[in-house]
This record gives sequence, structure tokens and C-alpha cells, in this order.
Amino acid sequence: METINYQNFRIEAENICVDYNGKVALYDANLRLKPGQICGLVGMNGAGKTTFFNALTGFVNISKGKIRINGESVRSAQKDQTIAYVPQNEGIDSQFPISVWDVVMMGRYGSMNIFRSPRESDVQAVKDAIERVDLTDHLSTPIGNLSGGQRKRTFLARAIAQRASILLLDEPFAGVDIRTEKLISELFIQFKNEGKTILLSTHDMIHVREFCDLVLLINKTVVAYGETSEVFTPENITTTFGGISPDFLFGPES
Amino acid sequence: MELCSFLTLDSFITDPLTHDFMRKALLMSSLVAAVCGFLSSYLTLKGWALMGDAVSHSVMPGVVVAYALGLPFSLGAFIFGVGSVALIGFIKQKSRVKEDTVIGLVFTGFFALGIVLVSKIKSNIDLHSILFGSPLGISLSDVKQTIFISLLVVILLSIFRKDLMLYCFDPRHAKTVGINVFFLHYLLLTCLSLAAVVGLQSVGIILVVAMLITPGATAYLLTDKFDNMTVISVLSAIISSLIGIYVSFWFDLETGGSIVLAQTFIFLFAFLFAPRYGIFKLKKLFAGYK
Repeated sequence: METINYQNFRIEAENICVDYNGKVALYDANLRLKPGQICGLVGMNGAGKTTFFNALTGFVNISKGKIRINGESVRSAQKDQTIAYVPQNEGIDSQFPISVWDVVMMGRYGSMNIFRSPRESDVQAVKDAIERVDLTDHLSTPIGNLSGGQRKRTFLARAIAQRASILLLDEPFAGVDIRTEKLISELFIQFKNEGKTILLSTHDMIHVREFCDLVLLINKTVVAYGETSEVFTPENITTTFGGISPDFLFGPES
Repeated sequence: MELCSFLTLDSFITDPLTHDFMRKALLMSSLVAAVCGFLSSYLTLKGWALMGDAVSHSVMPGVVVAYALGLPFSLGAFIFGVGSVALIGFIKQKSRVKEDTVIGLVFTGFFALGIVLVSKIKSNIDLHSILFGSPLGISLSDVKQTIFISLLVVILLSIFRKDLMLYCFDPRHAKTVGINVFFLHYLLLTCLSLAAVVGLQSVGIILVVAMLITPGATAYLLTDKFDNMTVISVLSAIISSLIGIYVSFWFDLETGGSIVLAQTFIFLFAFLFAPRYGIFKLKKLFAGYK
């Protein structure tokens, strides 16, 4: 399964459109990512970042265009556990009565039998994943008792346990402590070396420069896409954010 | 009912058991309570309390029509229960009216239709027993149907226990790893309609929503583990049913109301004294005396 053909794209989105009851959320969007690439998804609130994620995971249907994941349909990507989605902290109910262990185990559900009874390999995968995000002391802690950073790491561990080759991360750095931020950036390097592809949305311009090989600027459609050093210019950012000057966004030096 | 007969706890409990209708009522209500309590964990976590209210009221015309046509009442209830949810979704999508308003107007509409139908059909349907429940007067065919539906719901919930938990917690992840979220959504709705049908025999259509949300809410205050929550929810539902039936027997009170009131008292107790989430946090109180 892990035979990586570096000629092939992990994600290919061609001219995709998404509309909710006739209201256009995203149109003519294109994206091509290879194994080992990290791409930042940048745009205003309501620019279609979450919609883009939803289209790639199959959570919403596209009305036009084509999506290929590792050369196959979104449906078969779901069956193969190819994509892992790491939600925003606000996107989940933190008061849900569930432990770190149980959340991470959910990463294995897709490959389990109908009763979702864990095999030894599943238990091992969950243990390893929790160790990689440094939460071994919190195996049975309810997620409601975790800090924002620990909760973020729990969901990262779920993605690791899933053994997905593509990771979609919604605001991975929002509301996390320094320790978690450092751990996430270390994990990114490991993921890159493992040939995983990462697409992350962020509001933080500094993180884009630091982590992302590529950047996709969107405002209902693609404003600019390419190598971060070339595309992530003040002009493009201004267009993406509807005319707000980048000085306002990063301070005067930029 | 002589006062002296419940001077001893023993006779308080055993005397009613000498009546056939009481044994039946206690057994059936416990079964129904267990089913509703099981489902209750999911509904409270999913935030479907209002949906539970809507579905349980909307089954009314289904029950009436099924009775009139001589069909199993569960069939009619099921069609109208799921139908009401589909209609709520449709109106919400096609109009600018807010969701809670749509839910409110759809279920009251269905409920009113049920009441009108009862008055028109004039069969042997007892409006009072539909509205307020009649666990003491349950017929043999109802017993069979209740057992069948209860087992069906318990089996479905047991098989898809973990998937439903995932669906309530993070449907997006479920979808991403290829789990059929559409199926789970309708599975939960189906169980809700079926549980409403069996629940209405115990406490009636108006109060059945309490059976579907109160035990779950009580359990939610008492634990941080999903499996424990389900167990506590089921137990508190069963205990409330037993208390409600006994109390209604000895004091000659409306049975359905007594059962729900017992549930409400257990919830209030948890609300005040739950170790971690209660107002008075018992754990801390005890810690202070050490």
C-alpha cells in the first residue's frame, strides 16, 4: 500500500465547484499536490477553505469538476482510509464523554469489522500514535479535561493511527501552546519524510512561510497557487483578503 | 389501599406483585425504559432533544391510522415519525424560516392531525391512553409488539453502538474514513421513532420525550465515559419506571406522570449532587471532611 510513485499526484482537484442550495461556495478551484508536499490554504473566513476540505473528504458533493485522490475517486479514498481530517478545536464537542484512547481508536474504525472491535494491530497503532504526540500519560483522560493543545494532539494522533497518506488540518496552530506547536512542527517534518501530503488552513502568515512548500490562496476561487516564495506576495495576499493591506496583516516589514 | 399495608417495605413492594396487571406493567415499563434510556445517551449527545419531541408527537396520526386500518401501530408511527423529519428538512431547505420554528410547526401540525383523526374515526381508540399512556391496561398484542420492537431497537443500537457514537461525536471523520453517515442518520431516526412508539404506551405521547432525554441528561452529569453513560442512563430509566408505577399504585396517581416525575427527581439529584458536575460537587464536600 505504501508504494509511493513520486510521478503521481496525491491530490488532483480540477475545476471543482461546490454550491449549497444554489449558493456558490467555491468555483473553478484547482489543486495538485505530490507526496511529501506541505501546502498552506489561506483565505478569509467564508472564502471556502472548509468547503475545499469537505470536497476532498467527500463530506460535500462537488457540482462540477473532478477530484482524484492517489489517482482514484474520493469514494475509494474513503474506503482506503487515505485521507485524515484534523478538525479545528472549535469544530468538536469538547464535553463529549470520551477519552483520548477512544478518540484515537476512531482512527482505526474504517478498517475494523462492523462491531469495531479492535485487533491487536489496532491497539498497537493507537498506542504508537499516542506516544508520538506525547500523550501517553493521558490515555484515559476525558477530552474535556485536556488543554487546547493536548486536544489538538489527540486528533493528530487519530490521523496518525489511521495511517492516512494525506492529512487535512483545519487551523492546526490556533489556540495551542508553544510545546504543542513545536511538536506539530516536528511531526510535519516526519510526515514529509514519510511521503505524506499535508494541506493545512491557517490564518497565521508566519506559519505559512515556515512550513509550507506551496501555498493556495483562495477567495471563493483560486487567487494564486504555487511555491510559497513566489506566490506568497503582498499583492496576492491583498487580493485574497479583499483589499486589506498586508501591512495590516503582518506588520510594516512585509 | 390501607395505610398499614405499606408500613413495611416488604409489603410495599410485594403486594402489587400479586396483581397480574401490575406484574405486566412493571415488566413492560422496565423494558420500554431500558430501550429509551439506551437511545437517550445518543440523543442528548447529538443535541436531538427537540427532534425527539418532534418525532414523538408526529407519530400520533400514524398510530391512529394504523389502529383504524388494523395494521401494527408501529408501522404507522414509523412512517409518520420519519416522514416528519423529512418534511422538517424539506421546509427548512426551501424556506427562510429558522429550523426550531420549522420543527415546532411541523410536529404540532402532525399532532393536531392525530387528534382530529381520533375524533373523526371514532373507533375503540382511547385518546386518553395515547396522550397519557396506560401501562396498567396494556393488551396482549401490545405486549408482543412492544417486546418485538424493543428487541429490534436494542439489537440495532448494540450492533452500531460505536458507529453511532462516532456519528454523534464527529460525523465528518466518519464520512472521511468511509463510514456510511447517511445510513447512521436514518438508523438513529428509525430507532427514535420506534422508541417513541413503545415509550408512548408507558407515559403517553406528550411525555414520551422525557423518556428519551432525561435519563441521558442525568447520566451525562454523572460520568465522562460513554459506556458508563449508557449504563447509568438505562438504569436510571428503569428505576424511575419502577418507582413511578409503585407510587402511582399506592397513591392512586396517573402512572405516566409519576414515571416522568421520578426521572425528573433523579435528574435534579444528579444536578445538585453529582460528584464532578453537580452544583454542590459531593466529592469536594467529602474531601473537606477528611
